[in-house]
Amino acid sequence: MSDYEAVIGLEVHVQLKTKSKMFTDAPYYYGAEPNTLTNPVVLGMPGTLPVLNKEAIEKTIQVGLMLGCKIPEVSKWDRKHYFYPDMPKNYQISQYDQPLCEGGAVEIEMLSASRNVMGDHREIALTRIHLEEDVGKLTHTGEMSLVDYNRAGAPLIEIVTEPDIFSPDEAFAFLTALRNNLQFAGMSDCDMEKGQMRCDANVSVRPKGSEKLGTKVELKNLNSISGVRNGLEYEIKRQIHEVKAGGIITQETRRWDADQNMTYVMRTKEEAHDYRYFPCPDLMPIRISEEWKSSLGEALPELPFDRQRRYMEDLKLPYTVTSVLCPNRDLCEFFEAALAVHNNAKGIANILVNNLLSELSEASFGDDQKQLSDLPITPEGLAELIKLVDDAVISNQIAKEVFSEMIQTGKTAGVIVDEKGLKQSSDTGELEGICADMIDANPKAVEQFKAGQEKAINAIKGGVMKATQGKANPKLVDKILREMLS
Amino acid sequence: MEIYKTASQLRSALESGEVSSEEWVKQLIQRIESLDGEINSHLGLDKESALGQAKAADQRRANGESLGALDGIPISLKNNMAIKGQKLTCGSHILENFESPYDATVVEKLKAAGAVIFGRLNMDEFAMGSSNETSYFGTTRNPWNLERTPGGSSGGSAAAVAAGFCPVSLGSDTGGSIRQPASFCGVYGLKPTYGRISRYGLVAFASSLDQIGPLAREVDDLADVLTAVSGLDPKDSSSYPETVTGGSSELNGEVKPVIGVPKEFFEYPMDEEVLSSVKAAIAYYEKQGCEVREISLPNSHLSVSAYYVIATAEASSNLARFDGIRYTHRSKDAKDLMEVYFKSRGEGFGEEVKRRIILGTFALSSGYHDAYYLKAQKVRTLIREDFSKNFEDGVDLILTPTAPTTAFKIDESIQDPLTMYLNDIFTIPANLAGLPGLSVPCGASSENLPIGFQLIAPHFKEMSLLQAAKLYENGNEAHLVRPPLGN
Amino acid sequence: MANTPDFDIDYVAKLARLDLSVEEKAQFEPQLGKIIEYFQQLGDVDTDHVEPTAHANPIYDVLREDEPQAVFEQNVAIANAPASQAGQVVVPKVIE
Repeated sequence: MSDYEAVIGLEVHVQLKTKSKMFTDAPYYYGAEPNTLTNPVVLGMPGTLPVLNKEAIEKTIQVGLMLGCKIPEVSKWDRKHYFYPDMPKNYQISQYDQPLCEGGAVEIEMLSASRNVMGDHREIALTRIHLEEDVGKLTHTGEMSLVDYNRAGAPLIEIVTEPDIFSPDEAFAFLTALRNNLQFAGMSDCDMEKGQMRCDANVSVRPKGSEKLGTKVELKNLNSISGVRNGLEYEIKRQIHEVKAGGIITQETRRWDADQNMTYVMRTKEEAHDYRYFPCPDLMPIRISEEWKSSLGEALPELPFDRQRRYMEDLKLPYTVTSVLCPNRDLCEFFEAALAVHNNAKGIANILVNNLLSELSEASFGDDQKQLSDLPITPEGLAELIKLVDDAVISNQIAKEVFSEMIQTGKTAGVIVDEKGLKQSSDTGELEGICADMIDANPKAVEQFKAGQEKAINAIKGGVMKATQGKANPKLVDKILREMLS
Repeated sequence: MEIYKTASQLRSALESGEVSSEEWVKQLIQRIESLDGEINSHLGLDKESALGQAKAADQRRANGESLGALDGIPISLKNNMAIKGQKLTCGSHILENFESPYDATVVEKLKAAGAVIFGRLNMDEFAMGSSNETSYFGTTRNPWNLERTPGGSSGGSAAAVAAGFCPVSLGSDTGGSIRQPASFCGVYGLKPTYGRISRYGLVAFASSLDQIGPLAREVDDLADVLTAVSGLDPKDSSSYPETVTGGSSELNGEVKPVIGVPKEFFEYPMDEEVLSSVKAAIAYYEKQGCEVREISLPNSHLSVSAYYVIATAEASSNLARFDGIRYTHRSKDAKDLMEVYFKSRGEGFGEEVKRRIILGTFALSSGYHDAYYLKAQKVRTLIREDFSKNFEDGVDLILTPTAPTTAFKIDESIQDPLTMYLNDIFTIPANLAGLPGLSVPCGASSENLPIGFQLIAPHFKEMSLLQAAKLYENGNEAHLVRPPLGN
Repeated sequence: MANTPDFDIDYVAKLARLDLSVEEKAQFEPQLGKIIEYFQQLGDVDTDHVEPTAHANPIYDVLREDEPQAVFEQNVAIANAPASQAGQVVVPKVIE
């Protein structure tokens, strides 16, 4: 296998987050009853006409700006023709030769083996991004298929990469980075299960060192980011096996079957489409001025990888923390707001990454997915909590308990600490008594410590913390124990 | 009581109390029932709805809340404009059972102006034809001579106005479909500037060429209807922001436009009687003190080719939605999805529509797109520029015949599509250039068949067209002659 | 474009999903051949420096605000469908 390499290009469809559809004012959202999000335009009724959704165009331009694409001065829409029951007009309004975005790249990270340090980064080149309309949804049952046109007309961008991806892992990293970018900027929710992000792949193999591309096969039905990786892995193996056995790869479209873990032929080149593109006479071209572009650019947030580098360099946050924090916009905004109140980046980031996320997932079930804003906690509240730790009012261990209590009750950290009497104890007299008891109770540890095993003191310390229910000031306990044992 | 009234005559009668809108609509229904059996200009008429709207208009008038020039005036529509709750067949079998769940913008505007939405008028199937012979529901006959076609594709709209079934109708014009039948039936027919009237709710034939317009028996009526239905529509991206204002009150015919007569148009073969009538009209304008100039539109001989490539290409796309899935006829014999498409469309479309779908699909198909579709679009630019040059040189209006012949016999040329297409030579250029055009009745042939001439103006200069037509109307009587229908 | 190109009526009819009877095909082929031959006059025109006209009157930037409006009730949406079930349009099984 090592003497062959794969060349992969992806076509990613992403639904934009808008309130209404691309070419008409019918609303669109996921999960509505069948055929309840339609109007005459959605159903392609005779006499209806499309009108461009400004928000969708602005979001597409923003995606282009985020990914370093060239935004042309003029862009237009074309009709792409093929018959399919989920497409009401039997043509899709798309963009052919003047898309909204050209070129550009997506920065990816190849995870390192240890996962504790940042992996290698590189850029995957894009060919273009264009804006079009989504189609309806087909459900197959027995001898018939049912058509729901709710999704028809939802704004959809198609992001096309150059054949610039060379392994299934890179494809995985590409989709992960793309999703993080788009989610962070609020362009799309990118939920593949809801069809908000869909991916087709073109893949070919060639002898290593060869410049010439092999015959490409188009892969469809890659329904998750892992599905893309698994489908590509299978298909690359299949092609290499075929070529090594002296066979020829035929240009065709294959479907990935995740259950059977294999791909099979959907259609061959002979059945290729003749799309008969021409400019949609019902839609006027748009002109994109420098002013419009720059105001859209200014509204964009920092990209997740740029933010991660900044957090690691400026705030000295560890890679593992930033890799959880940075793709999540809610978390980042919460973090920065708390940081503005109390300047302890590590303390705040740790509790967000280690405790808050698990609280969120505990509070969520099935369709009832909780957002950060659903929890009764504010950045100021979290800052107050971390400040209590930093001022040695409570210990780290108690802080976790208080945090959990804050989320359950909505009370502030100060109130909880007062009500529950959680202030750490710095009463030397009281602590000396408890320390003495614990020294008596742990003769083995005392013996080991005296014999030079430094870590043995932790067992005694643990006993003290337990006896004080975590309220003892750990630094003070350490000091008393060392004095008593010296 | 005189039933053969124009809209402005009817308005005076309504204002004076001579007649109510409801009585009038009843009379028209009777006239249609007694005379339209042979003419076949109607595909449908919702009597109850029309009478209800007329009654409401009478009520408003009684309350002193009249909505203006069109309040209580019945207006019939070519059946390719959507009226909520009514059939929208476009003269096609494939849409035979389709009932529109929405109103076209023109219908909304007419309703807002108080007009009574009246008959649904016959047409060539999907507006593809020049004779009304391609209608699935039978050809319409010319009120002047029942052996003749009324022209097309708005043949029903022209015949209904000529026969006095309604004072005004709306038609649509893609390559002459308002002007040519207007000329064949002896009425006025206006194709406004592309974008002047919203196309939302007009079933598309060729989207970059289609335009709705009024047909009437006097110039004033065209102005009032145009004023009511024009203007920006947020549902139609190609609609133009400015509304026509003023209506008939601004028309007096006191103008002296510079009239250009394109020499190429008079080199095409045409009936002697058409030629002499049009020449007489030119002479009339000269006599009124207008400057008449010979001009050149050197690319006009390419217009039929450019038009039929573009129009059929767009049509092949627009008609793809009629597929037997969501709202059209589905073949009973279809056993699988492919057969639903092939058989429903094969059964549902008539010959001319199929011919044009094939032609348009070919013009866009891989390998031929550039040589046909793209080339035609470039030639379209040349044709557009020909007009612009003349208007820039000081020509106000261009005068031509509307059609090379008078109304031809039914079955005469339907079997020869190319000959049929070439008959559109005088009207097509205005569509390609997006310009407003108007056919003005200017007499009849020795066989008593009407003749019309065409005026073309720069973009958005409909009022110039109407003023010039008014100037002609003031000194001529062609528009007053009625077809021999016995009453 | 000196020669009349190959006009493959079967290929085009298939693209357009249009059943043509034997008679229709026999009739259309020479008719359309004649029309396409007539179109060849376009090929003789020099359009090297001519921009195509896609819109009759050039307008730009016609955009709509992203505000959702009324929708059809489900029964209205499928009222004209030749076959429906449980609020959805029914078609013969689609084989992907």
